[in-house]
Amino acid sequence: MKSLRSYAILYLIFLYAPIALLPIFAFNDATIIAFPLSGFTTQWFTELPQIPALIDSVKNSLYIAVITSILSTLLGICAARAAAKYSFRFKRPIMGFIMVPLVLPEIIVAVSLLVILLQLGLSLGAWTVIMGHVLICTPFCIAILNSAFQNLDSAMEEAAIDLGETPWSTFRLVTLPLVSPAIISALLISFTISLDEFIIAFFLTGTEPTLPVYLWSQLRFPARIPVVMALGTILVAGSILLLILAEMMRRRGLRRAGLQDKGGFL
Amino acid sequence: MLVQLVGMGAPLAILNTESKKGLALVGAPLGYVVLMLAVPLAAILLISFWTQDFQTFDTTPTLNNYREAVTDPLYRELLFRSIRIAGLVTLVTVLLAFPVAYFISFHVAPERKSLWLFLITIPFWTSYLIRVFLWKVILGFNGVINSGLQTVGIIDEPLTFILYNANAVVITLAHAFAPFAILPIFVALEKIDRSLLEASQDLGENRVSTFFRVTLPLAMPGVVAAVLIVFIPTIGDYVTPRLVGGPDGLMIANMIQVQFLRLNNAPMGATLAVIAMLSVSLIALLFVALNRRFLRGSR
Amino acid sequence: MTALIDLKNVNKYYDDYHALRDVNLEIAQGEFFSLLGPSGCGKTTLLRTIAGFEAPSDGSLHIAGANMNGVPANARPTNMVFQSYAIFPHLSVAENVGFGLRKSQLSKSDKIKSVEEALDMVGLNGFGGRAAHALSGGQRQRVALARALILKPKVLLLDEPLSALDKKLREQMQSELRRLQRQVGITFILVTHDQEEALIMSDRVAVMFDGAIAQLADPQTLYKRPRTRKVGDFIGVMNFLPAHVTDPNKITLDVAGLGTVTIAPEQAPSGTSSGAAEIGIRPEMMSILFEGEPDRGEIAEATIQDRAYYGDMTYYDVHLKNVPEPVTISMKNIIGRPVLEVGETTRVSWDARSLVLFAS
Repeated sequence: MKSLRSYAILYLIFLYAPIALLPIFAFNDATIIAFPLSGFTTQWFTELPQIPALIDSVKNSLYIAVITSILSTLLGICAARAAAKYSFRFKRPIMGFIMVPLVLPEIIVAVSLLVILLQLGLSLGAWTVIMGHVLICTPFCIAILNSAFQNLDSAMEEAAIDLGETPWSTFRLVTLPLVSPAIISALLISFTISLDEFIIAFFLTGTEPTLPVYLWSQLRFPARIPVVMALGTILVAGSILLLILAEMMRRRGLRRAGLQDKGGFL
Repeated sequence: MLVQLVGMGAPLAILNTESKKGLALVGAPLGYVVLMLAVPLAAILLISFWTQDFQTFDTTPTLNNYREAVTDPLYRELLFRSIRIAGLVTLVTVLLAFPVAYFISFHVAPERKSLWLFLITIPFWTSYLIRVFLWKVILGFNGVINSGLQTVGIIDEPLTFILYNANAVVITLAHAFAPFAILPIFVALEKIDRSLLEASQDLGENRVSTFFRVTLPLAMPGVVAAVLIVFIPTIGDYVTPRLVGGPDGLMIANMIQVQFLRLNNAPMGATLAVIAMLSVSLIALLFVALNRRFLRGSR
Repeated sequence: MTALIDLKNVNKYYDDYHALRDVNLEIAQGEFFSLLGPSGCGKTTLLRTIAGFEAPSDGSLHIAGANMNGVPANARPTNMVFQSYAIFPHLSVAENVGFGLRKSQLSKSDKIKSVEEALDMVGLNGFGGRAAHALSGGQRQRVALARALILKPKVLLLDEPLSALDKKLREQMQSELRRLQRQVGITFILVTHDQEEALIMSDRVAVMFDGAIAQLADPQTLYKRPRTRKVGDFIGVMNFLPAHVTDPNKITLDVAGLGTVTIAPEQAPSGTSSGAAEIGIRPEMMSILFEGEPDRGEIAEATIQDRAYYGDMTYYDVHLKNVPEPVTISMKNIIGRPVLEVGETTRVSWDARSLVLFAS
């Protein structure tokens, strides 16, 4: 199965090739993105903090991403907990319905929210973006949290009750410590999604652009491209860092529960 | 909504406490999706029957938008192109992904599987906008491929068939959705009891025929899931056609955006959104129906 | 003496499913009591009802004279050893064992001391600092025991605690549990599907089928005098032969293959009437009559149909005249006793006092 292995490696290279170009051209001393490379520079990076609009969009995006990740993780905890612990009427259709935003084209989510917000006369802004982002992040949080709650032996909580704890102290002393790695992982993932999301933000952002919306506006100007590459390098590096952190959390959670690792996030 | 759901066929008195607790807990996320998705989608459906009257809506129900959407060749062409491109992207993505999923499931040591999956998912989580834009940089007239090939001396003139057309859209989307295709196939392959493959060989099949008679049919639920999970979002993609599609590569989502934000014709945009959703659902249902026999045994 | 645990007319319904049927049960202080039955018979539901994880649909439950209706699990004088042990994986062994002491009035040093004592009691001294998920199955079981016993409950509930262990370890834990129970004097209620385990360990056993108690007795009575054919069949091996009661007063019956016998009243259900019935007899209560060995009173002709050699024992399936099913007989392989071959004819012998009559 040598050939299959080389194919898989080629495939990985194909996956990473575009991203690998980011740092190459971010440090390239030319305004045109083409080979051959001309020289090394950190100019594009030093320009970044001097763009007020960029700084504002970063702040806006961080604000949105933090609130989105907290809200969608909370909703995800409710859903995953309900799915793992209780059997109730219409469980499958309800859980399926909650996961729908995962596959729905984002443009549909964006325009339908836009329509209703405008009809209600609400002004667009950070909160409207958060509404949309929570909607698309919650299914991802549920997917991550589900396995953690599913792996939690219900006897574990019963044992705590049996030993004299109340339902609330049981949650605090037993449930939470066992699922907290998954919760952190869900927070990080939804933070990453929100930070990167473009379409919904594009439709619902109003006058204060998020970082991707700002980026989008810059893509039209060829002269700005090297700066975009520098920004992209930082963004991708940041995302990868967050992801590694999330994955480490997930694995720690498995170890803590004494379980076998059976695959990635989804 | 929740009370209604509970009320259907089950008087509240019969509901045991467990069911009530579960529903109470799932109520928050469910309520959110109802409020933020179901209601807005219903609103979209509603105004697709309205018409734009300068700044306001004419709320007399009419099918005019739909009539226009099916008769106007521009809309028709965009819809068919979207389906064609999404179909092609799905085909390419799933075909390229299957061997990788197979390799990870069958030929990677168990303790290294999650590392491989992690490596494959990373690009998916990094800025979509940046990734699509990078393809524009790669495929462009003065882009990485052309300048690279010219520097090496393989070509004299830049290749033009790789940017600002449907090909570029397919390449870019296939790249973007790769992990989406690999994961469900991998999960389906992982579930296959390895002794089934030994049984098949014991019963006289060779490796290749075992693959086609046992492995592939058992992996089909994953393939079907992969197809749906790639096809449905790609048909509504906005960024890729806009950045690398050129005029011939634009898709339905671009027109929806134009109707809403440029032409200020929300009812027409809504109509196109409804039609796009209906087409997607129809094709998805048809596809699932065609693969019913593979899905029957699985859960 | 009033019972420590007293269940009266306890029923449990899940929608249409009747999980517990009119259970009446009294368990005394210091008893080692077992709930025995096949899976789905309601034994675990009954245990969880006593623990407070399930509420009875109707009926009453008293523990030490107090009505437990509405008393949550965390306020009951019971503690449980779970089937999966439910050892908290994020805590150390000592933290697991001391989990229930969090709210107690003991000083910190007293808590540490009692954790050490509990660990000592289950033979795990020195394990306190270990991570819980690094323990073996047998060690987890001991931690679960120590964790429950440290709270000095009035009743210790054990839900199939040995089913996850391999045979050797299981046997070792059985005698250890028994020793522990005598040592602490706490009432143990054990749920098990393993009839051997129930017989070995218990003072009394309740056999359950379909949510109801079929028989409640000490192990010897249960084995020697099962009240119904189903109980006899579930516990150990039993041969069943069609019989016909000819005289219900003296209890004389015609048994297929064995002929006419008269049995004592305690071998028959009360109010035996004449007509078709069935008798049960254990394999070791019959013997193949080898040359030079004394008979057991009654004798019949038989043919060996099948044979299984177990080392210490040989099990024969023999054909008796007029009996449709083969009858199983076990023989100890003592010196000088041959092992018979299939097809050989022989004589079998039994004692009428070992028969049990079931109404059909």
